[in-house]
Amino acid sequence: MKPRKPFVALLAALLLAGCATLSDEEASRRALDVMKTSFKERGQAKLDRLDQDDAQRACSVPPGTELPKATTERLEKANLAAIRYPSDGKLMGDWKAGERVAQSGVGMQYSDDPKRPAGANCYACHQLSKQEISFGTIGPSLYHFGKQRGASVAIQRYTYGKIYNSNAFTACSNMPRFGHKGILTEQQMKDVTALLLDPASPVNQ
Amino acid sequence: MKRPSASLVAALLALAAAVASAGAQAQSDTIDEIQKYRQQLQDGNPAELWEARGEALWKQKRGPKNASLEACDLGKGPGVVKGAYAEMPRWFADADRVMDLETRLVHCMITLQGFTFAEATRRPYGAGSNRSDFESLAAWITSESKGVTMNVALGHAKEREAYQLGEKMFYFRGGSHDFACATCHGEDGKRIRLQDLPNLTRKAGAQLAYTTWPAYRVSQGELRTFQWRLYDCFRQQRFPELKFTSEASVALTTFLAHNANGAAFNAPAIKR
Repeated sequence: MKPRKPFVALLAALLLAGCATLSDEEASRRALDVMKTSFKERGQAKLDRLDQDDAQRACSVPPGTELPKATTERLEKANLAAIRYPSDGKLMGDWKAGERVAQSGVGMQYSDDPKRPAGANCYACHQLSKQEISFGTIGPSLYHFGKQRGASVAIQRYTYGKIYNSNAFTACSNMPRFGHKGILTEQQMKDVTALLLDPASPVNQ
Repeated sequence: MKRPSASLVAALLALAAAVASAGAQAQSDTIDEIQKYRQQLQDGNPAELWEARGEALWKQKRGPKNASLEACDLGKGPGVVKGAYAEMPRWFADADRVMDLETRLVHCMITLQGFTFAEATRRPYGAGSNRSDFESLAAWITSESKGVTMNVALGHAKEREAYQLGEKMFYFRGGSHDFACATCHGEDGKRIRLQDLPNLTRKAGAQLAYTTWPAYRVSQGELRTFQWRLYDCFRQQRFPELKFTSEASVALTTFLAHNANGAAFNAPAIKR
């Protein structure tokens, strides 16, 4: 295949000259350089918010893009290994506190008070209970999440883990990695786990 | 120049009264009033107040050089406003840069009126009585493209580069929440809470969204431009603060405006 390389490179260069100006790789690099000069730090939102980790970089593609299997496996493996389960072994907190976390959309914006606890804003993207009709549809409905699955230790670990780091189970998920990125505290994640799994929670009525 | 009608003011007062007295009052009363209010808005968009101020600002002699903006070239020749916005952002030879409307206005304030960049960009976004000149100027200038077919060409290499960079930025995931523009605006038929989200990766979605900015935002009582739309999206995306008229803001605008080509421009609009 060796002798063909210059030909392919020439063809690629000609194609680029016709429409796009930069190669895909150059465009990614230059876009990041431009972004670094186009944003300024404000409050808790520092410029390091633009420093991508492996998952963010690999997932910066149009929705529905099929990534190589090796890539999704690498991302899921690394994110799964990064999950820290509670040291006391308890995964279920108080569903009422979890409901408050699910309703709150504050946290991590430069306009937010960093001293106030962040919310998860689950309702922005998911249906959860029947009572709350103001819910979004970016994620699937979680109504009856626990009723359908039970609350075995395995299900508790999956649920807590999914909240902690969604990419451990689905590479490039739209869902924030609430534990991995330090958005929620351990107690908050236990409370949201309870909201989803506790038989008394409105999610399971 | 139409002024907001007396009936609009009456509807606003009625809405305020309905909301204030709500409490135990039947929720349907409020919904009825909101419906009435929406109907009243059809015959008087408060954006007209910004348009009137913007037209006056365009013609007013200001700055160290005591000059108006009437000689400003928005791409169709000095002083030509009609239809100019439907072809922006575009590359300008005199600056050798791709510029959106606000960036071009800053350029004209510096070159024609003698302001410094810092003076010109002191107040990009208005708040109550502290109005932004850009929001007023943009309201008037964009109103002069109402009904004009969007036609953002990528004839110049720098325009093509801006489009390409804007596309990359649209899919760029980062920050504490891993959000990209595409997280919320990359699929059909999605909503956040009850708010419908346009799919900006498809022509129909990009056209509907892009051609209805600037808009009078009822919830804020302010006229907001496309620069503001990007600025506040990035705040919610948990990114740092987007600089006004920055290269990234122009690149993203180029990407979205070009995707809206072929649609009739339809702003200043009115939004929730």
